Amino acid sequence: MSIQAPDLPATDRSGHAAPAPELINAVPVRHPGRWVGAAVVFLLLAQLGQSLVTNPNFRWDIVGTYIMDVLVIQGIGWTLLLTVLSMVLAVSLAILLAFMRQSDNPLFRYVSWFWVWFFRGTPVYTQLVLWGLVSVLYPKISVGVPFGPELFQFSTQDLVTAGVAAVLGLGLNESAYLAEIFRAGLKSVDGGQMEAAEALGMRKSKIMWRIVLPQAMRVIVPPTGNETIGMLKTTSLVLAVPFTLDLTFATNGIANRTYLPIPLLIVAAFWYLVITSLLMVGQFYIERHFGKGVDNLVQAPVKASQAAAAARAAKGARARKEEGEGQ
Amino acid sequence: MTLTHDVRTKEALVRIEGVHKYFGEHHVLRGIDMNVKEGEVSVIIGPSGSGKSTLLRCVNLMETISAGRIYVRDELIGYREAGGRLHDLSSREIAAQRREIGMVFQRFNLFPHKTAVQNIIEAPTQVKKQSKPAARAKALELLDRVGLADRAGHYPAQLSGGQQQRVAIARALAMEPELMLFDEPTSALDPELVGDVLSVMKDLAKSGMTMIVVTHEIGFAREVGDTLTFMDGGVVVESGDPREVIGNPQHARTREFLSKVL
Repeated sequence: MSIQAPDLPATDRSGHAAPAPELINAVPVRHPGRWVGAAVVFLLLAQLGQSLVTNPNFRWDIVGTYIMDVLVIQGIGWTLLLTVLSMVLAVSLAILLAFMRQSDNPLFRYVSWFWVWFFRGTPVYTQLVLWGLVSVLYPKISVGVPFGPELFQFSTQDLVTAGVAAVLGLGLNESAYLAEIFRAGLKSVDGGQMEAAEALGMRKSKIMWRIVLPQAMRVIVPPTGNETIGMLKTTSLVLAVPFTLDLTFATNGIANRTYLPIPLLIVAAFWYLVITSLLMVGQFYIERHFGKGVDNLVQAPVKASQAAAAARAAKGARARKEEGEGQ
Repeated sequence: MTLTHDVRTKEALVRIEGVHKYFGEHHVLRGIDMNVKEGEVSVIIGPSGSGKSTLLRCVNLMETISAGRIYVRDELIGYREAGGRLHDLSSREIAAQRREIGMVFQRFNLFPHKTAVQNIIEAPTQVKKQSKPAARAKALELLDRVGLADRAGHYPAQLSGGQQQRVAIARALAMEPELMLFDEPTSALDPELVGDVLSVMKDLAKSGMTMIVVTHEIGFAREVGDTLTFMDGGVVVESGDPREVIGNPQHARTREFLSKVL
């Protein structure tokens, strides 16, 4: 029977105290270039800072006046609402499109492909204008049998208000990009996952929702966060519908009234940055959630009842083992 | 014909009859006949490309067969026979057949976003609609059985290969299958981890589970196997009592293969 020394450096094999090894204390390589670079960057930053403070054309007083203006705050609310609704619509459609693209039904695959081709291939501005004009194109929307009787009908103008048109325009356009992101995510999941779930007798839809999609989200979330931030700023195009309550329109309106465009651009930029920062915080938590078990290896909290059961099971195992050894 | 049929069905849990499989032009299974009796451990060995894994994967419909029939407890796998023709089973019916057949993969295929316990209770709660507490209690029991009672809350990435494979075995057992398929369960493991997995499989064999095991572990075949089948080039070259096939192979190809792996 051999005994292993617990602390190897303390003693050698014969039991004598071994001398502690001489630790390396090397002179690091010097990097003079880094110091020069840092000096240049610092100089430029200082100049920028000075100009921000001293250039009167920034009109920081006006920035201060309008940063919490009612119209601006309302604009933020509308911009957020447009962003959230468009993204919800886009994500829902994208999941559907990505699943359709993987479907065994060729018609579903073609439809999904065509959707992406069309909505990705035309400018979002054009789509927004078109949604704004949809009531010109179709004054009434009626539900009925094609070439047959009509069941009921709406006036398009009542149904597709400017807000709805903006959300449809932004959301449908975005769904095409997100569909490709989701497709890439689904493809990134190892095929063995599908097989393992199938072998357990799970049905395909369950496998998609519970096994494949949660793993794909690891890959899907970062570019989707990117797209959400992009969407936040694309909402400034809804003037094309025309929808006139968002942050960019509100600050532009004030700028046009006061003839002071620069401070109001700063107001808008400030709020877009604040919202972007908040979205980044949200993304961090979402990424952490879907990174569970892969990027985020904190052991799952074992519930008290579960821990007790585990302890009981372990105890039982030990008892059985001892019994076995005793025989 | 009916008489022999009856005798066979009494004994064989799995009947593989004249099975062929093509992958495009590639003829990977060329007429396989094989029976596995209830409670039997049937070990399949053979060089890579011999079709042994493909055959195993046909039993639970991971692959479809091109010709022949596979029955598990007299139920035709993958098809329904009606009006003199075979009809594809629906995905619902296929899933139902798979529930009775557990499978363990070479690369474990645990769900990485779920802990050991969550991996094990996934199918019982989602497919069999067992309650979570009941499924969890059963899962902890199974983890104990494979020697991992203290690893319940660990994610697969926090477990060694051997531990992952034992969790995978527990996950398959949680569905209470009547047949277990093992597809080279120790081939992806470091040598010192193989023993733990094999001993779990040995215990399982002792408990009376019907098992089909594709492996390169000749020692396991000799010790645990009730029958040993040697496949090469998509056909069964030799089959019989493991000790005899290993100790006294009748075919040159079997001898050649065994001399390389022993």
